[in-house]
Formats: sequence, structure tokens, C-alpha cells
Amino acid sequence: MNRFLSSPWTKVVVFVLSLVPLGVLLWLCWQAYQSADPTEFVTANPIEYITHYTGDWTIRFICFTLCITPLRMLLNRPQITRFRRMLGLFAFFYGCVHFAVWLFLDPRQNTIPAIWEDIVKRRYITIGMLALLAMLPLAITSTAGWVRRLGFKRWKRLHKLVYLTAIAAVIHYWWLVKSDIRLPLMYAAIVAVLLGYRIIVWMRDRKRKLSDPRAPQPTASTS
Amino acid sequence: MRYSDVTPKEIYLNRRRFLTAALALPIPAAAATLNAGKTAFNAGGEKITSQKIVTTYNNFYEFGTGKDEPAQNAPKWKPISPWTVRIEGEVAQPKTLDVDQILKLAPLQERIYRHRCVEGWSIVVPWIGFPLSALLKQVQPTGKAKFVAFESVYDPNIMLSPRKAGIQFPYVEGLRLDEAMHPLALLTVGMYGETLLNQNGAPIRLVIPWKYGFKSIKSVVRIRLLEKQPPTTWSTSWPAAYGFYSNVNPDHEHPRFSQRDEERLGEGTLLKPKVIPTRMFNGYGDQVAKLYAGMNLDRNY
Repeated sequence: MNRFLSSPWTKVVVFVLSLVPLGVLLWLCWQAYQSADPTEFVTANPIEYITHYTGDWTIRFICFTLCITPLRMLLNRPQITRFRRMLGLFAFFYGCVHFAVWLFLDPRQNTIPAIWEDIVKRRYITIGMLALLAMLPLAITSTAGWVRRLGFKRWKRLHKLVYLTAIAAVIHYWWLVKSDIRLPLMYAAIVAVLLGYRIIVWMRDRKRKLSDPRAPQPTASTS
Repeated sequence: MRYSDVTPKEIYLNRRRFLTAALALPIPAAAATLNAGKTAFNAGGEKITSQKIVTTYNNFYEFGTGKDEPAQNAPKWKPISPWTVRIEGEVAQPKTLDVDQILKLAPLQERIYRHRCVEGWSIVVPWIGFPLSALLKQVQPTGKAKFVAFESVYDPNIMLSPRKAGIQFPYVEGLRLDEAMHPLALLTVGMYGETLLNQNGAPIRLVIPWKYGFKSIKSVVRIRLLEKQPPTTWSTSWPAAYGFYSNVNPDHEHPRFSQRDEERLGEGTLLKPKVIPTRMFNGYGDQVAKLYAGMNLDRNY
């Protein structure tokens, strides 16, 4: 297990797997493009489909990223952390594609005032923007160089912003559905469990520290 | 193009010219050919949307809230046979009519209407039916009748629960009586020369072309004439977003969907769909604007 987790090949496999959703999407587009008939796409409304598809994968990758720390602690396998940065960057990548599709392909966003109006007036877009923007500093400071520059403690504090992204992404999804909230509810439950786990660990560590100040600092980081 | 180019006035004043023998067929599981007289309702010559799109991209929450779900789930449903529609309330002659009886009430006509969804997409569909007024006249509405309430079928054995769909079932809609009696309001039994498929509201539905699509209630089982305005499913679910009238209106802001423009499905290219500005009353203003004379349509959305 440990060998598998620390093998450089595992990282390659995770990287390739993370690209599969993009590959499938490009393949579907290529198929429809080849047939020269826009109705040959999966649905009659390709832009809507692509927007939802990339949005779905963004929130999934946010959840995958948030799984890393609990998994590492529960399984007691520090090597799992190796995948955290890559999954987080994929969440940001799919989020950017999602945003770009809305910005450049959604035919209704045809002018800058119309785009601005949507961002300001439609609260689900406002909070979606917040979710994406909160990921920007995390993507920029994801390198080892930035961890050094900021110092690990400050870097860790900054990267707690991912919690904001997760919550904002769930609300974004919740606010955009018309009436059937089953899927947003599912993601809300997943994010609640993943963040709830961190709160429990944090409370447990705090209690331990208070009851025995000489006890060694918990090694488990909860970022 | 002027509004009157879409539907010349003499057409609906002189329906007799289009009388054609209509075939009253039992409701089949799959679509059957339906003969209907051609009319001059041609949506201004706009291109008819492909039948594939209109039968696979649907909002029919009873069969699933995804656009593709009704086409997957609705074929498993068998409409009750014989299908009956109960018409009651403020009427002199309450009636229960089956589809065969309804089909005999007036000659079937084909009408090509623009259909605008509140979500910002639109299609052009060759519907088959006859004016709803022909059905309502059968029951002789009393002087008290001011509104008409419609109710869809709800079969909990095969349809989604209201909790899952997030809206109440049975689905209900409503019109003011003068709207329901308007010659453009179509009682619809077919499209593309065939009977309706389940996902399109078989065996009988409404098509109200100047209102957002959700007003065009599907699979109707009950019609009530009322003195007071009836509740409608979407306006109950989110009153700030969906009103009783729900006329297509690019000037009234919807909190969720922009109504300035619409995406015409099936046209344009994969990554660059055709987008056209949305018109007041979906382009049927010449015929229906007089129904709302003196009304503030931004407040009465």
C-alpha cells in the first residue's frame, strides 16, 4: 500500500484519470462537430450541457481535494497528501473551464454590461464567482516556492480558503437549480461531512492541549 | 416583420376554410399519424425545430427534472384509456369527455407556433389541435366564471414525488377566461403530423404561445371554471420569480434567468448557437396585447 502510494507512477495515473472528464467532453464535441449537425450532440442545448458538465466536475474535484486530509488521518498514510495539490489544481482548472464556457460560449453573455449585470444581479453567479476567485490565490501559491516564501504556518492558514470555496460552490449549485435540490443537497452533505470531520479533529486537539499543555503538538495538520 | 404577418386576422376569423376531416384515433403507445388541416399559422416562416429536439429535450418534471429524463421515462407510462377530461365549476353543463369525443368537437388544425421557455431557449413547433374555446363553449361557462384552472395527471406509481421534483403535483396551471377563450390558445393533441408522445403531454395538452412554456400544461385531466384566480404550480413554488400571467416579457427581470434573448435550439453551430432577441408576448402582441390593455405587466408578471 505504502509503495503504491509513494510510487511516482501513481501520481501519473491520478493525473491522467483527472483528465478523463475533459477528454470525454472533447470527444463528444468532436463527434458532434464531425457530423456537422448540432442536434447530434448529447442534448439539444450543447452550451447548457457543457456548462453543467464542467460545473459538476469542479465541485467533484473540490470534494476529492477535501477528502485527502481525512483519508490521510483515518488511514494513517501521510503519503496521500502527495495528491492534494494536483487535485486542488484540477478543481481550479475545471472551475476555470466552467467559467470560460459561461463567459465566452453562452450566447446570452454577449456584451460586457450583460455579463456584469448577471454577476451582480443573479446571486447564484455572484457566489459562483466568489467560489472561483477564492481558489485563485490557492492555485498561485500552490508551489513549493510559495510555501517557503509564506512560511508553512501562513501558507496553511491561507489555504483554509478552500473551505470557503467548497461552501460557496454548494450554495452556487443550490441557488441555480429550479426546484429539484437532490444533487445540491448531496454535495452539501458531502462537504458538511468533510468539513465536520475537521471541526471534530480541531476540537479534540484543542481539548487535549487545554487539559495537558505539555502534551506534544498534534502532528496532524487539518488543512 | 409585423406581428400580424404571423397570424393574419382573417385566418382565425374564418376557420371554416380550413375544415378538414379529422381522424379520431384511440390513444396509442407510440405516435400515430394525425390528419389536420393546414393553416396560415406559420410563425412568420421561421424554421421548424427538428422533431428529435422537441421529443428529447423536455421539461416534464413528473418524469424527471433533467431535460433528457422525460424522453427516457415517459414512454414507460401508459396513459389511462379511455382518457377523460372532467370540465366543471362555474358552468351550466359540467361534462366528462373522453379524447374521442373531444377530437370530434372541432376540426383539427396544424399551427406552427414559437414556444419560449422561461429558461431562455425556444423552439418552433407544428402543433395539431383546435382552439380551447371550442371545448369551453361545450360546458357553457356561467357569468361568474372569470378564470380557468387546469390540472395534469399525476400517477405516483411511475412519476416523481413532489419532494424529489421540488414542486407540487398534480401540476396545476391557470388562465383568465378571456385568455383561455382567445383564438390562439390551442387545445393540442398532436405535433409533426402525429399524436403527442408522452413526454410532450399526451394525450391532450394546452399550448399558449404568448406565455412561457410552463403555462402550456401537459396531460390535462381536469378543467375548472372559477370565480377567483387559481393557484399555479410554479408561482406557488417561487412567487417572486413566476407569476400567474407569465407572459413572455423581455422587460420583466426574472431573478434566475435573463429574458432579454433566447437560444433557438437546433440552429447555429455546436459552440455558437443561434440567439435572437426575445419579443414581447413572444411575437404575438398584435393578437393578444389587447387582453392586457391598461395592465402593468411588470407588476402583473
